[in-house]
Amino acid sequence: MGWETWVIATFSRTLAYGTPLLLGTLGEIYAERSGVLNLGIEGMMIMGAYSAFAIAYTTGNPWLGILTAAVVGGAFSLIHAFASITLKANQVVSGLALTMLGLGLSGVLGRGWEGKPLPAPLGKITVPVLSDIPVLGPILFDGQNMIVYLTILLVPLLWYILYRTRIGITIRSVGENPATADSLGINVGRVRYLCVVVGGILAGVAGGYLSVAYRPAWTEGMTAGMGWIVIALTIFAFWNPAIGMLGAYLFAALYHLSFRLQPWVSPELLRAMPYAFAIVVLIAVSRGTLQKRMGAPAALTLPYTRGEG
Amino acid sequence: MTLATPADYVVQLKGIVKRFPGVLANDGIALDIKRGEIHCLLGENGAGKTTLMRVLYGLYQPDAGEILLNGKPIQISSPRAALTHHIGMVHQHFRLVPTLSVEENIILGLDEGTGLFLNLRKTRKKIEKIAQEYGLQVDPQTKVWQLSVGQRQRVEILKALYREADILIMDEPTSVLTPQEVDQLFATLRTLVDDGLTIIFITHKLDEVMQVSDRVTVLRQGKLVATLPTSQTDKPSLARLMVGREVIFRLEKSPLQRGEKLLEVNGLHALSDRGLQALRNVSFDIYGGEILSVAGVSGNGQAELAEVLTGLRRATKGRVILLGKAITNRSAREIADLGVAHVPAERIKMGIVPNMSVRENLILKDYRHPPFSRGVFLNYKKAEANAQRAMADYQIAAPSDNTAAKLLSGGNIQRMVLARELLGNPRLIVAAHPTYGLDVGATEQVRQVLLKQRDQGAAILLISEDLEEVMALSDRILVMFSGEVMGIVDAEGAKIDEIGLMMAGERKEEVEVASTEVA
Repeated sequence: MGWETWVIATFSRTLAYGTPLLLGTLGEIYAERSGVLNLGIEGMMIMGAYSAFAIAYTTGNPWLGILTAAVVGGAFSLIHAFASITLKANQVVSGLALTMLGLGLSGVLGRGWEGKPLPAPLGKITVPVLSDIPVLGPILFDGQNMIVYLTILLVPLLWYILYRTRIGITIRSVGENPATADSLGINVGRVRYLCVVVGGILAGVAGGYLSVAYRPAWTEGMTAGMGWIVIALTIFAFWNPAIGMLGAYLFAALYHLSFRLQPWVSPELLRAMPYAFAIVVLIAVSRGTLQKRMGAPAALTLPYTRGEG
Repeated sequence: MTLATPADYVVQLKGIVKRFPGVLANDGIALDIKRGEIHCLLGENGAGKTTLMRVLYGLYQPDAGEILLNGKPIQISSPRAALTHHIGMVHQHFRLVPTLSVEENIILGLDEGTGLFLNLRKTRKKIEKIAQEYGLQVDPQTKVWQLSVGQRQRVEILKALYREADILIMDEPTSVLTPQEVDQLFATLRTLVDDGLTIIFITHKLDEVMQVSDRVTVLRQGKLVATLPTSQTDKPSLARLMVGREVIFRLEKSPLQRGEKLLEVNGLHALSDRGLQALRNVSFDIYGGEILSVAGVSGNGQAELAEVLTGLRRATKGRVILLGKAITNRSAREIADLGVAHVPAERIKMGIVPNMSVRENLILKDYRHPPFSRGVFLNYKKAEANAQRAMADYQIAAPSDNTAAKLLSGGNIQRMVLARELLGNPRLIVAAHPTYGLDVGATEQVRQVLLKQRDQGAAILLISEDLEEVMALSDRILVMFSGEVMGIVDAEGAKIDEIGLMMAGERKEEVEVASTEVA
């Protein structure tokens, strides 16, 4: 295989695999910025994957599948929002419950769909002219689907909202110091609900992308731990969408390389590589954060009750 | 005195009742605030001052009673509603988001401007205008975590003024300031009142009431005791109203009888939790029979100093010598066994195990030694006898020695911590903010206990932000700023102004030169 083909394949697969990671991470960043840790990403993703596949298969319209995944992911996240914001339950427990519920429910519902190929998966796009650029063209503009591009566009948008608009300041203040936000008339519960649901929608779409675009079929447990990588990437990103993009693609590249390097390095070692990388990054990040003041939102995992403290 | 008409009152509270589980925090309080006055709310901790103001600011809903604003009854259902009625509040614990800039903090929650997008340039101009008018200078683009405590308070006041507050509630605003910053704050408050604002000032410090207020309302145990013009009262009568009995202002202190040198600290350095330099080259000695106070605005290394001395934080450089023995970076247990008692600043977090009984808490330090242990077993009879004795000696009011420690009041918890730490007569006592948050009675008692230990020959390191306490108790005063010792002065003849300057970062030598020049 030529050097050029190798690079093109690696990068274009990195974009494809990094997309659901990035979507999930962007959503989790918003939820955590508002002070709600959602460990249910895996559950929301798998529910998104299942429902997108079922609808896309039945209607023949992959976009309808993606839309359903968004709705299901958002609705599923409401369970976590209700438990952790309204009932002030422990966020770790409630998030874990969501993951287990999603994995179990999708497994039961998806039994009849197992192994069926999707007749009409999400279309691949070839952009005229641009795809003719050497190397970059085939990586970026040949054979990717619409969600890959939409996800990339989402990064600057969500970054801008978080750092440069009134909404962003509101979200960050709710996650840092809800008592302050409340004392200035901000509805802490509403902001948190919104952010959790945004996280759920994005996780749902990430799942839908997996089952109607990335690998158009339904398999039980097909998210394969991606939701946990998202949690790690959120920390790696210092809760910043731009760094989140870097992290998601970096992780995707490592994941892809672990297949590519198999002829030379033991496959077991390679398969562990991205996860070892995640652990190393988390350790490095947690050592540096406090001093840089870039750490977790101060009120992360803390329910808010007016008048306490 | 002319009779006040209802039109003179900007706020009237009528029969406010607020209940919390087990506590009647406000019991039918009626309070009238005149337009353009500084009105002090005076009372001990738990008297209901803050609760009452939280009702006015919409954080709590009263169980009964009504609020009149300019003579009209209003409902204040949330802080947002309070703000629309031009009521602002500066909380004791600042309500600022440290990671946001000053201007972002100020516009937080406001709807003005161009929809979603920020127009920070306009905001900045308005902030600068207000800042200039009232002498509240602060850079709008600095992140709040980079500001000093005094500056943060300015941001809080700016925040209220930016929202066009007419009535400003200040909850114990001086507790975190140096004496000079307090003077500056009072000057600002005067300007605000001259401009037509009304200020409600919560405090438990009598000096402040006399210094700043036009009228004063005294609360005690949730009830209103009296409202008086400040000019027609004095400190002793206010104290009597506040506590409900005569208060002795002077503590009887016997003359200093210095014993041997107990503790020697040499060139101590240590890092804070954030990894920044918290102690720089700290050196001092303490002798038996004396109280050495560490004064300073909180966060200038006092907490870290106490932790290094008691083995809870590592020193990065320097030596700690107790009775000729180096104890630098020994474990907390080893240091405790050598006769060092620790009365920690956060008595609930660090002083007790809240879910364990009074009896168990009282032997937390000595449970490993006879008589409380027999091999691997505990001798509960001895522990119970110890608890009964401690409860009697230190007047710890608890239903029984089997009651969970968390159910006791703050004063009782502190007495319990003292009883445990002073068991077996320690040589050195490190006491951090031992009277913080206690009422006048409990404060008096804790101070008496410390003085008694001093007279028995113990060395006491007293960390306190309360200058009155420092002046009353100590034999020598050490002032810290930014992790360094600014100087050590004899308490007798110490001037509060000079200590204030040292708290703000001037060295003893500079302060002395300056004061001789003035003379």
